[in-house]
Amino acid sequence: MMSAPATHFNEDARRVAPDTRHRGIIQTAMGKYEVVRDQRKLWFQDWQGARNLAARTKFESVNHLDKHLAEFTRTIEARGTKVHWASNAEQARNIILGILSDKQAKVIVKSKAMTSEEIHLNDAMEHAGYEVVESDLGEYIVQLRKEPPYHLVFPAMHLTRGEIKDLFQEKLNDAPSDDPEALTMVARRALRKKYLQADVGITGANFAIAETGMISITENEGNARLTAAVPKTMITLVGIEKILPRLEDLALFLPMLAVMGTGQALTCYNTMYGGPRQLGEADGPEEYHVVLLDNHRTTLLADAEQRDALGCIRCGACLNVCPIFRNVGGHTYGTVYGGPIGSVITPHLRGLQQWKHLSYASSLCGACTETCPVKIDLHHHLLQNRRNASALPTGKPSFFQKLAFKFFAPIANKPALWSLTTKLSRIGMKLRGLVNGSVVDPVQAWTKTRDLPPIAKQSFREWWKEHGK
Amino acid sequence: MTVSLFIPCFVDLMYPHVGISMVRIFERLGHKVVVPKTPACCGQPAFNTGYWDESRAIGVPMLEALKDSDAVVIASGSCGAMMSVFYPQLFAGTPHEAAAKSVAAKCHEFSSFLVNKLGVTDLGAKFPHKVTFHDGCHGLRELNNKRPPRELLANVKGLELVEMGAAETCCGFGGTFSAKFPAISTAMGDVKCASALETKADYIISCDSSCLMQIQGLADKQKKEIKTIHLAEVLAQ
Repeated sequence: MMSAPATHFNEDARRVAPDTRHRGIIQTAMGKYEVVRDQRKLWFQDWQGARNLAARTKFESVNHLDKHLAEFTRTIEARGTKVHWASNAEQARNIILGILSDKQAKVIVKSKAMTSEEIHLNDAMEHAGYEVVESDLGEYIVQLRKEPPYHLVFPAMHLTRGEIKDLFQEKLNDAPSDDPEALTMVARRALRKKYLQADVGITGANFAIAETGMISITENEGNARLTAAVPKTMITLVGIEKILPRLEDLALFLPMLAVMGTGQALTCYNTMYGGPRQLGEADGPEEYHVVLLDNHRTTLLADAEQRDALGCIRCGACLNVCPIFRNVGGHTYGTVYGGPIGSVITPHLRGLQQWKHLSYASSLCGACTETCPVKIDLHHHLLQNRRNASALPTGKPSFFQKLAFKFFAPIANKPALWSLTTKLSRIGMKLRGLVNGSVVDPVQAWTKTRDLPPIAKQSFREWWKEHGK
Repeated sequence: MTVSLFIPCFVDLMYPHVGISMVRIFERLGHKVVVPKTPACCGQPAFNTGYWDESRAIGVPMLEALKDSDAVVIASGSCGAMMSVFYPQLFAGTPHEAAAKSVAAKCHEFSSFLVNKLGVTDLGAKFPHKVTFHDGCHGLRELNNKRPPRELLANVKGLELVEMGAAETCCGFGGTFSAKFPAISTAMGDVKCASALETKADYIISCDSSCLMQIQGLADKQKKEIKTIHLAEVLAQ
């Protein structure tokens, strides 16, 4: 039996993969990204050295998460921030809803936060009667479309300017043209009002610095700054793995994230939030809450083989190079974290039984591992997930798999049987040829879109028998 | 040197000329070729599907058959990666761990063996065509095999290599993936074919017959003017 997420994946993949319009949009966007990413990578004196250092730093932070989280809490609380610990999504939602209720909030403005997607925070807040507005342009667009983000970094990359213009016209009645600058101004007009109305601003975090007790947020629109600075209360929802030990670690990670995320040397705005407004400071929130989210990250931490996946900085580089992602698109995954990293971690965060299919939906090409700035062994983790899935009670091989692994391989390894199989398959393939590519073709999964080469008149081993004498 | 040649099952049945070309090349270079009788499968399909026990059962006779070889040449980057990279992992903590490590160290993909082990880059081959090269993912990323096939092609007379934009992009084969997710696999193959066609090359060359089966299979079905050929067949010309 296929899990519901697996059925969704297969149906969407079958629909999206042959869609050449979708493929064109993604290829064009990624083509541009690849050019600037490669240019900026050259600005590093030693890119591979930087990757090694980043991988070591992240692995060290993850291995001493307990120590770093305690230090972070101590340092950021020393300046008046309240730190909350959430074991799971429900706890995190309740903590945040509790703060909103305390503050008698009505309007919430948010900057981009994948953790909030992960715990379905918007749904919970809207259900509780709050008005929630996403302030990142891409997030704002998909929020208007009532869609989840398409990509970790580019939430609306699947849409054309024309589609965004039509959306703004329909929802905001304001769309003078499909010029990107004009469209941005439309969103800005709508959003500026919301910052002023908002009682609480909610952000995610790119890094949490243990040494100095700071939340680091990188962005290009200044929307996170306004989200943080204008409303009276600020809440940051951050996964516990986002910890970095030292402030100086940002000297490596900020440019690395920018280069791999968007192909920029640095994003336009890089801000550190160290607490609520201090005495004598001109701006900033009156109250600052940081919610540290586990939500099964510690399950992944306990897995010695795949722990390095907690080092992910959510740059999206693995999605960008992944031929599966580029052909099926972000929504097909049906999970917050799509692409290779999502296929690796989702089974840990949400259950292997339900999400194992993502680990099979890969040709194991390894482009993800090759590009990952923190050197997560992504495609090998997919192999390990497959191995772990086969050990589940439901992981028993199917009839055909049994046939393949229990019988085929031993046959292939016995000369007499292999020779017989060679002869039989010639006959079999001839018969199959009569129904080539049709529904009764036993290998239709292949032959519907591809021809199959014939079995050679003389196999290599048959030739070798004569030649090798 | 005695070269043990491992011809994977599908090469044996569908692409015998790849193996025959390798035999001819090694014999021309003065090496003795032996073809182990028993193994025709390295166990990769089971391994990649998650059935490591089954894969080990297939791999043990392989280790047995190859334990006394001087050098093992594998007619596929993918099976090559299985044996030289994944066998040590697969057999880690089992009684066959040492044997797996020792066999893994002797296993070489064909082009890498010629260039890195034998130091041969010119086989005196002639192939007067414009060609493009497809990097099989396992050869490229598990075996770091970018350079050897290109060094060999550079010395083929009359051959002009035009790199395609998507040379390092997966063709979409991926073993059982191609049958399990045919729509995705086909879309990936289409991207590959389109990139190859842009070069206006006469042939796509690769070290992996499995990738070429995917590319040629798609091209033939869509009646696209693409011809594929294994590196060994080019070098034997």
